[in-house]
Amino acid sequence: MTLTEKILARASGKAHVEPGANVWVNVDVLMTHDVCGPGTIGVFKREFGKDAKVWDPRKVVIIPDHYIFTADSMSNRNVDILREFVREQGLPYFYDVIDDPNGHWQFDASRGQTKAQYGSRYTGVCHTTLPWKGHTRPGEILFGTDSHTCMAGAFNQFATGIGNTDAGFILGTGKLLIKVPETMRFFLEGAMQPGVMAKDVILHVIGDIGFDGATYRAMQWEGPGVYAMNMDDRMTIANMAIEAGGKNAMFPCDQKTLDYVRERTAENGTREDFEPVELDADQKFIYDKVFDLSKLEPTVACHPDPGQRRLAKEMSSVQLDRAYIGSCTGGKTSDFLAFAQVVKGRSVKIDTFGVPATTKVVRELKETQWDGQSVWNILESAGVRMTENASCAACLGGPVDTFGRLNKPMKCISATNRNFPGRMGNKESEVYLASPYTVAASALTGRVTDPREFVS
Amino acid sequence: MSKVITSPVYVCADNIDTDQIIPAQYLTLVPTIPEEYEKLGSYALIGLPDALYPERFVQEGQTQTQYKIVIAGRNFGCGSSREHAPIALGAAGVEAVVAESFARIFFRNCVATGELYPYDSNERLCDLVKTGDIATLDFEQDTLTVHGKTYSLKPLGEVRPVIDAGGIFNYARQTGMIASK
Ligand code: SF4
Repeated sequence: MTLTEKILARASGKAHVEPGANVWVNVDVLMTHDVCGPGTIGVFKREFGKDAKVWDPRKVVIIPDHYIFTADSMSNRNVDILREFVREQGLPYFYDVIDDPNGHWQFDASRGQTKAQYGSRYTGVCHTTLPWKGHTRPGEILFGTDSHTCMAGAFNQFATGIGNTDAGFILGTGKLLIKVPETMRFFLEGAMQPGVMAKDVILHVIGDIGFDGATYRAMQWEGPGVYAMNMDDRMTIANMAIEAGGKNAMFPCDQKTLDYVRERTAENGTREDFEPVELDADQKFIYDKVFDLSKLEPTVACHPDPGQRRLAKEMSSVQLDRAYIGSCTGGKTSDFLAFAQVVKGRSVKIDTFGVPATTKVVRELKETQWDGQSVWNILESAGVRMTENASCAACLGGPVDTFGRLNKPMKCISATNRNFPGRMGNKESEVYLASPYTVAASALTGRVTDPREFVS
Repeated sequence: MSKVITSPVYVCADNIDTDQIIPAQYLTLVPTIPEEYEKLGSYALIGLPDALYPERFVQEGQTQTQYKIVIAGRNFGCGSSREHAPIALGAAGVEAVVAESFARIFFRNCVATGELYPYDSNERLCDLVKTGDIATLDFEQDTLTVHGKTYSLKPLGEVRPVIDAGGIFNYARQTGMIASK
């Protein structure tokens, strides 16, 4: 069996499963956020009764992260709906915006967009929070009401996105009926050249198989190229499985995975026992291809979908209005460090926005010093508009007052993961997806730029 | 269920993602609150670029569409997992989307909510019909008839009874998987 099949077999109490089979699986973690949480709670109450209790409070994780730093009153209300549910159900894992469990969240626009407006428990983007707070474990099953839940596949976990109705069903029963996907294998060899990042790998692969090339399928990553990558890089790749239509991403578990997970479960007091799935000698794949990482070059996905692949070096005629770094895919500390390497001591030429994925990233960028200067300062000195308000922000547009949102037709290069029309706001805008290096180099020149001009 | 509907169709191309079906700024609406459910319907497909889609799907000031059938190309409903997408279409009065292919989560959400029937077509119908054409969808025969020509659709198979029941909860209760209310 493939890794995905092994996890699904175990979670459904079977010795063996085949692709196409429908199985009931026991859920280890259900994650929801402020956009889909209120609807999920609504479904749960409608179907199981207003006094119903969730199946296991320790398996539910609630992370407000999407529409937080906005004066939109319905968005603020939705965070309050989550808080009320958490209180009523006694849920231990709620990363609230404010500290008062009986309070109301209200964003104060008069204090501006860039200074922190959150309490001590707030974390930021859900998919980046889950591993940080010790909720991702090898061999387990994670469902989330968000399509990029597949990011946790980096941790040898079956993780996928679902809708409110399925999530409401899980809240009441702890189970879900799912179809076992076929598995595609992506075997990575060779080493990435300077200027090339994990983001380029996944953009290259999506360009290869197409925007629906992995529909209903598991994307399993193997080979020496995978073991050479750190967990952040694996997360970047797993995150974008959905952009090829994939059901989930799956990485083998190695010492790096174990060290990362053990450190975080211990630090946060989350469950520490887990059982990874190992690679079998006989696995059946519906697709199997070797990729030589040493041949990859900085890659861009052009408007209007993540499958529109081109090389950055061929796109220097494309003029840009804006650059953006942030999101679960591209807003990790390692992403900002790569970005800062390029812009250090230089000045951006176009409006450039930086939104850390989590509050931990904010802290790390302020604490990391290069030549006596914090990385945060290096970024700001280069002209990047940084906000301490870690969240999804303009990655998905959001309410009109969202930081970095494209409020008129413009061309934006972005370290995020999705570029369908209207994704970052205005529906006539064009979004180009690229690595943090490429976004940084392009911010400096105002046109799509191969970062190898700046990093060696 | 034996059912036939006749309606003008609304035609769109490939990769109609959830942002085009219901743009992110309207996700503050909570589908289980009845007034907000209705509002979601009024914004269905409002994210389609005007230049490519001059005909609005739901007229300004209305909550219902005149198009009960949507025809699309490949990968309809790709992008986010937001259930607001099939719900917005269902709330606007859509009964079926007939596409060359669907994105996984959207397809699943159609079934889970029972909001609409996601039919796969055998032909690329979005190139053969245009918005406003009158079509007849026969749920019994799994066919779509436009301009006197009948196209067979791929039968919905095992998910069909779930949608017929009105979604996964009704279905799970009918079949004894979870206790009745
Ligand atoms: S950062 Fe963007 S892609 Fe990630 S969860 Fe938020 S909206 Fe989704």
